[in-house]
Amino acid sequence: MSTGFHIVVCGSLVPDPLQTLAPVQGPAGPALKNELMLPAVLDPFAAHSLYEAANLAKKAPGSKIWLVSLGNKAKLQQLMMTVAQKVPFELVPLDGPASGFTDSFEVAAALAGAIDKIPNLDRSRLLLFGGCASASRDAGVTMQMVGERLGILDQFLAVDELKVEENGSLRFLERIEGGRYQVSVCSGPPAMVAWATGNLPEPPNNPQIGMQNMRAIMPALQKAQPAPVATSGITFASVTLPAQQRQTRIVKDASVEEIAKEIVAWIKE
Amino acid sequence: MEKILFLACTQEDGVLPKAALETLTAAADLAAAVQAPLAVGLIGENVQAAADAIAACGAQEFCAVTGEDFASSRYASDAAAAEALVRKTSATLVLAPALSRLAKALPGVALRLDGRIETHVCAVDGALNIQRWYYRQRMIATLTRSQRPWFLLIDPGVFKPWEGQAASVMVEPVAVTLPESARRTRFVGFEAPPADAQTIRPEAELLFVAGAGWTKKQADGQPHVKVAEKLIHDFITKAKASLGSSKSLVDQTSEGGEVISLLSHLNQVGQTGATPRHPKGLATCCHGEEPHTVGWRFINKRRAVNLDANCGWAIGKADVLYVADAFQVVAKVNELLGD
Repeated sequence: MSTGFHIVVCGSLVPDPLQTLAPVQGPAGPALKNELMLPAVLDPFAAHSLYEAANLAKKAPGSKIWLVSLGNKAKLQQLMMTVAQKVPFELVPLDGPASGFTDSFEVAAALAGAIDKIPNLDRSRLLLFGGCASASRDAGVTMQMVGERLGILDQFLAVDELKVEENGSLRFLERIEGGRYQVSVCSGPPAMVAWATGNLPEPPNNPQIGMQNMRAIMPALQKAQPAPVATSGITFASVTLPAQQRQTRIVKDASVEEIAKEIVAWIKE
Repeated sequence: MEKILFLACTQEDGVLPKAALETLTAAADLAAAVQAPLAVGLIGENVQAAADAIAACGAQEFCAVTGEDFASSRYASDAAAAEALVRKTSATLVLAPALSRLAKALPGVALRLDGRIETHVCAVDGALNIQRWYYRQRMIATLTRSQRPWFLLIDPGVFKPWEGQAASVMVEPVAVTLPESARRTRFVGFEAPPADAQTIRPEAELLFVAGAGWTKKQADGQPHVKVAEKLIHDFITKAKASLGSSKSLVDQTSEGGEVISLLSHLNQVGQTGATPRHPKGLATCCHGEEPHTVGWRFINKRRAVNLDANCGWAIGKADVLYVADAFQVVAKVNELLGD
């Protein structure tokens, strides 16, 4: 009997959060200025889900991880130079736009289609992982749609903890309003788990894992299927940067007492 | 012609949360603007009290999926209930609060109905243009869609909560029979810090943002993390503030450094954290340029305390920047706030 989990992580690239972003109007709708030139990172919540996947796979022998990633092929290759050194996985690349302005509906269809074609994927052991929201579109809907397309009815959003119980059931902590967690127990896989930050630090780079991963990643990238996702049905009237600039009053030479009094008065206003 | 459905789940106490009442305002305003009929769809164990409370919202139709199976958040049952309500009302526009329960369930429902969904909606007008942010509050878009049904999850804190006279309304039950496969997940309960230790207070007037500077070496060459912790704790207790934090500060929890124990990733605001809405915000020891400041994008009145007069966190972003030692200022503020 097979043991362990088949963990499919969905995650793509987003511009490095420290970059200055500006919208431009492209032929297919809004886009980022110099998008292909911007340094990219693995989407932060998706990255957390990849680290959680690796942690879970380590504890459940026989597990395997796939990373399904939709993005420009050349950018994905660059991204893999760092991500591949973190944890062992097999890459399933899709060559298409990673823009935040694409439609989550179409992105979900492309991702679910790619997962459907993964050879020897055991759906009875499937844990579909991803981030609870991207740093680009930030809609928080794609993973549920991928899960729905794959027929997964047990879905968990903004998860910070997944524990496998002795009887094989899965115990989840999901973030809800007011700084609380909802605790749920699912009888077992398949399940969709859209992670928040989880509890793990970023793994250190391991060149050996990197070399091992890259042996399969490079051929996979060469064979990446095109995924021309778009924004059909959406009409963007405008995409702008927030214009409001505040006139900041700088208080430099006041005493601690004066500052404290002013703050207290402001709090009580 | 459009038909609008206001969709919401009741809380554990059987009433609608504030965010749902805000969404009802949006739905009622939109119905009036586009002259479309409004329906109310509720999900919960027992929804009569919630329905009665919004009897005067102008809806022509009230329907609900109720019962024990629908008392708490679970994807399979909530999606089945929401799907049934949208089908029953034949709604073309579905407005729901962007709360965790429906944020989890509705994307799948939109897919089942070959509809589309937009989340974090912060404005909607009579021409059916909506506004939402992209790239984690870095740019704002105005857009519309041709596909229907179109689901709109309205961000909390944008609209005023609906208010009106309560009355008795007839709620039409919509039957949903769950297959066993929809019961594989069981709700266990909630986990939260004790009430006096809860530092995330969405209803608070003030957000206190603690930056990484609190754990850095101070004038004597030593960090004073425990002192910082006490100052922050005392401040949020006395000022009844909610506590937010920068990523670098909460990350120290998983990096093994000395940490402020009040903080977890739930407190994190910014690009990979929350962007809460509070009337006022006080940032302390926070540094960084634009990407770091999105955490207080939706704070109306903002003040900051730090040692750098040119700090990108504050210049152009805050109304007032106090160039001072936050340890000293917060200690004095706590003293003045008293008990």
